[in-house]
Amino acid sequence: MENYTPSEMMVVRAARELKNGEVVFVGIGLPNVACNLARRLQAPELVLIYESGAVGCVPDRLPLSIGDPCLATDSISVCSMVEVFNYYLQGGLIDVGFLGGAQVDRFGNINSTVIGDYDRPKVRLPGSGGACEIAIHAKKIIMVLKQSPKSFPEKIDFVTSPGFIDEANSRSRFEFPGKGPSLIITDFGVYGFTKNTHEMILQEVYPGVAVRDVKANIGWDVKVSRRPKTTVPPTDEELRIIRQDLDPARIHLR
Amino acid sequence: MSSKVMTLTQAVGEFVRDGDTVVIEGFTHLICFAAGHEIIRQKKRDLVACRLTPDLIYDQMVAAGCVRKLVFSWAGNPGVGSLFGLRRAVEESIPRKVEIEEYSHFGMVARFMAGASHLPFMHLKTFEGSDLPRKNKNIKFIRCPYTGKRYATVPALNPDVAIIHVQRADEEGNAQIWGLMGVQREAAFASKKVVIVAEELVPGEVVRADPNRTLIPGLIVDAVVIEPFAAHPSYALGYYDRDNDFYVEWAKISKDKAGLDRYLAEWVYGVPGRREYREKLGTEYLKKLEADNRPSGSVNYGF
Repeated sequence: MENYTPSEMMVVRAARELKNGEVVFVGIGLPNVACNLARRLQAPELVLIYESGAVGCVPDRLPLSIGDPCLATDSISVCSMVEVFNYYLQGGLIDVGFLGGAQVDRFGNINSTVIGDYDRPKVRLPGSGGACEIAIHAKKIIMVLKQSPKSFPEKIDFVTSPGFIDEANSRSRFEFPGKGPSLIITDFGVYGFTKNTHEMILQEVYPGVAVRDVKANIGWDVKVSRRPKTTVPPTDEELRIIRQDLDPARIHLR
Repeated sequence: MSSKVMTLTQAVGEFVRDGDTVVIEGFTHLICFAAGHEIIRQKKRDLVACRLTPDLIYDQMVAAGCVRKLVFSWAGNPGVGSLFGLRRAVEESIPRKVEIEEYSHFGMVARFMAGASHLPFMHLKTFEGSDLPRKNKNIKFIRCPYTGKRYATVPALNPDVAIIHVQRADEEGNAQIWGLMGVQREAAFASKKVVIVAEELVPGEVVRADPNRTLIPGLIVDAVVIEPFAAHPSYALGYYDRDNDFYVEWAKISKDKAGLDRYLAEWVYGVPGRREYREKLGTEYLKKLEADNRPSGSVNYGF
């Protein structure tokens, strides 16, 4: 099947990253679709934890919010937010944390707080939610967001959630339990991070996307791996689950 | 013990005063929209409105001019996008300037934990590497006296009044919640006064037959209001579903000031209370949101 949207490719690529049995801290939007897609394919025993306190969720509809009733019904446990942040997240139980944001810089630092000056905002965004502590505690961070020179600028307006912080990996100075960003999945391709300078490096491009397209849509001269792979396009099965079961009203996948 | 049951008009009139620090908690689930509407109708002013996720009801309270300051960790329309009323206040001071004091969720959770425990602050591992401590001087750092490791600290939050929506309560205010619990217990124990708004009034025996479900004891409760459907468009598990269509619709309603004001005129100022709000929605509308029947198995409390 050739007709799929960039958002569908993003969701599919993110879903493939999840291994059966992993414990995932799920956010709203595309990651939510990705986790529920993975659960229907290679990772039926994926443990979905939402910051609302629902643990081991098996939602039978796609939750619009992370506090949807379908997350509590049939879950393994419902706990208070005191427990989800202290015992589960700070307790080191989360394998994968999904994060998005309005801006990301080359070191994987995320802004979900404000565009412009904090005290005189051009656009006031929702803020951290649980993102700051997820970035610090989850063993591995996967980011899912659309790419443009605006969303990946040279310098972000505000650091809501720390990635590697800078070239010297100042992250290590703070003794964070989590290793930090591992992948960034955009609508052009997939980035990893270099070992020595801790910055984004393009590793995969989507079918039909040229490296120069990617470079034209990012705010700095981004590193590109020697032979970037081409991502396997969504299968019929993946698209069917997304379109028929997960987001038939196309609320998340516009 | 005597009954604490009163109307929502009485409870808001008596327990929410101008200038108070107020929390209407609820993480998506059990958000007491009815109380927010009553606060707007009674024209309360200069409130310091606290909550992890100020959503549509705080958007409305801000747009109605009730709020002086917002203390929060995520201000958006969950799964949909922006809160336009709040953005107009923060970006353009419409209808008035609203001060903000911002944390992460864990930061707010820890503030309520400290408040509920009557400790001056709580330490936690977050905020380092973030710009949040630069903009919020209440976030500080200490070293652990045992290991020397660095932790963030946040001060206790002790609101003047907490308004907590629950599925059921007895007339003394012993309140039971199931499904997502958010930080309602901590918010209640942290607050000086507690108003419980329940879907259903039950005899004390019903509470005692299942004490593990009692999240908030009558001991700390000042008022009990019985108001079915008081959480709509939020939800009450086992009673009615979340009105997701309304959350999506809210983006359109609130996008410009005139639209939001029209909504307030029609659905808040235009109805005297929740009963009329329910009637205005109509039985057919409510029927669509009615919860399926999914009772839990029972357990034996015998000894």
